[in-house]
Amino acid sequence: MNIKYRIIILTVTLLIIFALFLKVLNSNKIYQPNQMIGKKIPEFILEDLFDKKIKISSKELLDKDFVVINIWASWCIPCRVEHPLLMNLKKNNQISIIGINYKDERINAKNFLKTYGNPYQLVGVDSNGEVSIQLGAYGVPETYVLNKGKIIFKNIGPINEDFVTKILQLKK
Amino acid sequence: MLFRKYFLIIIFFLFNAYPLSANEELKNKIYKNVRCIVCQGQSIYESNSDFALDLKKLISKKIDTGESEKQIYDFLISRYGEWIVFTPRLNFNSLILWLLPLIVFAVGGFLIFRLNTNKKK
Repeated sequence: MNIKYRIIILTVTLLIIFALFLKVLNSNKIYQPNQMIGKKIPEFILEDLFDKKIKISSKELLDKDFVVINIWASWCIPCRVEHPLLMNLKKNNQISIIGINYKDERINAKNFLKTYGNPYQLVGVDSNGEVSIQLGAYGVPETYVLNKGKIIFKNIGPINEDFVTKILQLKK
Repeated sequence: MLFRKYFLIIIFFLFNAYPLSANEELKNKIYKNVRCIVCQGQSIYESNSDFALDLKKLISKKIDTGESEKQIYDFLISRYGEWIVFTPRLNFNSLILWLLPLIVFAVGGFLIFRLNTNKKK
């Protein structure tokens, strides 16, 4: 093979490898599963936090225009960070926020809501974390926005002003 | 008589334990192939994080209710994506991953073959 061709092939190969490394280097390292976006919410039934007799079913969420589902726990520190934003969302909006209390003690969860305020229309208890897995969540807090029972977007970790603005724009 | 009694009891337990251990083996096999996505490079078998423990419980429950290994992987992939399993499935996106070793092997083999024939000449 001609030496000129060899140099060209070597340069192109090195450039491709360099581009690949650069792409990976700049990509987001935190894995964010988004498989559930665009899909219908999986079926679940949860006990209400305040009244064990009340059952919260995912079927009730299917006909609502916009619903926010927030997975939280009293022991989760980032949940406290996002809590004022949820309270604001409740105050300024007609959007219903459903809470899923993740692997928590009922008494602690109730105290948390008493202390920091209750932004939720309903709070379901996910004592073993199974429903959260069904939703494709892997920790707390995690927030889902549904339109007619379909997940349109979600946020892993505490929500921020940008996320709230995104929700507010939906209502317009 | 006493010996026969104990012998029968042992046989009874041996045969009863067998399906249980087969299930356990399958569970462990799945745990080892499921990535703990909140940990760094660990499977849920190795991890004791909350997420791993929850997944193990759920998988165990699914196996006990008679779901197959494939059904469990399909469920996990539908929730967390292909990343959750260590052995990716053969599909369009992973085609290169599966075929690349074969292609490298074939090209390498061809080059060695050509090099050898050239040397002989």
